[in-house]
Amino acid sequence: MVMDVVVLAKHVPDPQGTPELGEDFLLRREGVDGALDPGDEYPLEAALRITEYHGGEVTVVSMGPEPAMTAIRRALSMGAHRAVLITDPALRGADALVTARVLASAVRRQPFDLVLAGIESTDGYTGTLPMTVAELLGVPAATFARRVEVNDRIVRTERQTEEGYDVVECPLPAVVTVTAGATEPRYPTLKGIMQAKQKPVERLTAADLGLSPEELAPTQSVIAVEAAPQKAVGEIVQGDDAVTRVADFLAEAKVI
Amino acid sequence: MAKVWVYADIGPEGPRPSALELLTKARDLADTVEAVALGPGATGAAAALGDYGAKTVYASDDPVFGEYLGQPAAHVLARLVAEHVPNLIMFATTYDSRDVAGRLQATTGSTLMSNATDVLGLDRARTEILGGTKIVDVSLGGPEPRLVLVRPKSFAAEPSGGTANVVPVVAEVPDELLKAHRVERHEEPASGPKLEEAKVVIAGGRGLQDPTNFALLERLAAVIGNAAVGASRAVVDAGWIPYSHQIGQTGKTVKPEVYVAVGISGATQHVVGMKQSKRIVAINKDPDAPILKLADLGVVGDALSFLPRLIEAIEARES
Ligand SMILES: Cc1cc2nc3c(=O)[nH]c(=O)nc-3n(C[C@H](O)[C@H](O)[C@H](O)COP(=O)(O)OP(=O)(O)OC[C@H]3O[C@@H](n4cnc5c(N)ncnc54)[C@H](O)[C@@H]3O)c2cc1C
Ligand SMILES: Nc1ncnc2c1ncn2[C@@H]1O[C@H](COP(=O)(O)O)[C@@H](O)[C@H]1O
Repeated sequence: MVMDVVVLAKHVPDPQGTPELGEDFLLRREGVDGALDPGDEYPLEAALRITEYHGGEVTVVSMGPEPAMTAIRRALSMGAHRAVLITDPALRGADALVTARVLASAVRRQPFDLVLAGIESTDGYTGTLPMTVAELLGVPAATFARRVEVNDRIVRTERQTEEGYDVVECPLPAVVTVTAGATEPRYPTLKGIMQAKQKPVERLTAADLGLSPEELAPTQSVIAVEAAPQKAVGEIVQGDDAVTRVADFLAEAKVI
Repeated sequence: MAKVWVYADIGPEGPRPSALELLTKARDLADTVEAVALGPGATGAAAALGDYGAKTVYASDDPVFGEYLGQPAAHVLARLVAEHVPNLIMFATTYDSRDVAGRLQATTGSTLMSNATDVLGLDRARTEILGGTKIVDVSLGGPEPRLVLVRPKSFAAEPSGGTANVVPVVAEVPDELLKAHRVERHEEPASGPKLEEAKVVIAGGRGLQDPTNFALLERLAAVIGNAAVGASRAVVDAGWIPYSHQIGQTGKTVKPEVYVAVGISGATQHVVGMKQSKRIVAINKDPDAPILKLADLGVVGDALSFLPRLIEAIEARES
């Protein structure tokens, strides 16, 4: 059972850096180092394991400006077989629905058994994009999986819940979102990095996907940003007095 | 006349607290407040939903909504939306509601805003970014209804003393939408108060060094009483403690009387889940840890030697 697996992966500003907003209230992305979203390494790792076991190939699909190639190269050097990058100035400021339309149209261009995604992006954390993509593709979604296994064209997942976990079974084709901690993502090897340079990367614009300007118009926009009220500086203690001070504090709060 | 809907999550004990929080807010936004409740217990929950402001509850007790993820509920909700045309639908940020809202957006072409901390009007909502340091107002355009996923505990739930008219909904979900099947449910055995309800939350992070040191937090919780143990994502991912204890962006939102952060750095994604706590105590060996800037009382020092002494001191006071 050879599997065609698509991974939706995003390029995000360096997660270690301090994000800033520009004049237009959009996250400043120019001149900011970026990387493959660490949260998307988990679905990628799951995809690589599935194709290593069953055979098949992994295609990474990403929407983002040119620097998103950094993320794509990382994914290819980890072992993905090919990539699709949708870059278009018209997509600057794309909201979740526009992004989902673009990604779904790009996924639909090739055969797929499974589409894997992260549960939320590090910079935007809307956390609903894969479900919107699933609906646009007309396929089921097994979301929030902390474990993914494929057998006989059924994907079986452990869905994280607020109280524990559920076991979910879903026929292919399907979208699956994968949580952090599901699998330990591999590091690219030197060989992987060298091979990545030869792997095919298809570049598309919004027009290539046949999306109309109406479908690309964002319906959500930031209209005001203000600093949140600052909390007063607290009290800092150390050394021998600290124990008494904390105990007093708990007593003042009437919890002991 | 404006019409606001709340998509109400129903648990084994009736509506989830988040549904009542959203209904309370909805009363400020529109004259017509209605709720949609799908799945076992929906009809039984209507009285409580009415008490918090829903004038009508569209309810179906069909088990199909609990057994299959996302698709059946999104399908029926889309049908109800086409029939009754609300201006705005509020959802709580739960896994099940995210599945439904994400799908509904694709069907209706409506805008969906996530992580809202306030809803300012029928076409406007507010969120906090960068760890709650910036407040952002977002205008919602495009076709109605606008969809907003609201973080739990953004509003206080207050009953209005109303009663709801129940409109039974027939599921009629096409077979091709019965795919992602929940075949087993596992609940982790829980003891003590729930994280979301405890008066005191004691949360541990990577600074605890080793999973066995979580026992210190359990002991502290026990001597305090009405206290629950939480965790940062770093230690949940490392497998030290189950996900159900995680606090933050991807975990639970808590608002206790006292939050004690032990060996937690205070990353923005952690902070969004606990910064509304009434009082914050942080124990960290790094004087520059961001959590200490948020704390009402910060202890700079080694948590592993501090905790046993604190437990002893509290025990001494109580005896
Ligand atoms: C999309 C996304 C969602 C996320 N969601 C969440 C979420 O829901 N919840 C969450 O918590 N995180 C979340 N994170 C992760 C978050 O960014 C941090 O990585 C995480 O909170 C760090 O956990 P920590 O504070 O335990 O570990 P660290 O950041 O490693 O901090 C450990 C702290 O312990 C202190 N320390 C070390 N030794 C001692 C000692 N002996 N005594 C006292 N102090 C000591 C150190 O000084 C340090 O401050 C998310 C990240 C992303 C990208
Ligand atoms: N621009 C993008 N390109 C590719 N994948 C994306 C993009 N944005 C989001 N995703 C995928 O959708 C998941 C959830 O993102 P979000 O809904 O934006 O929080 C991410 O973990 C990615 O897998």
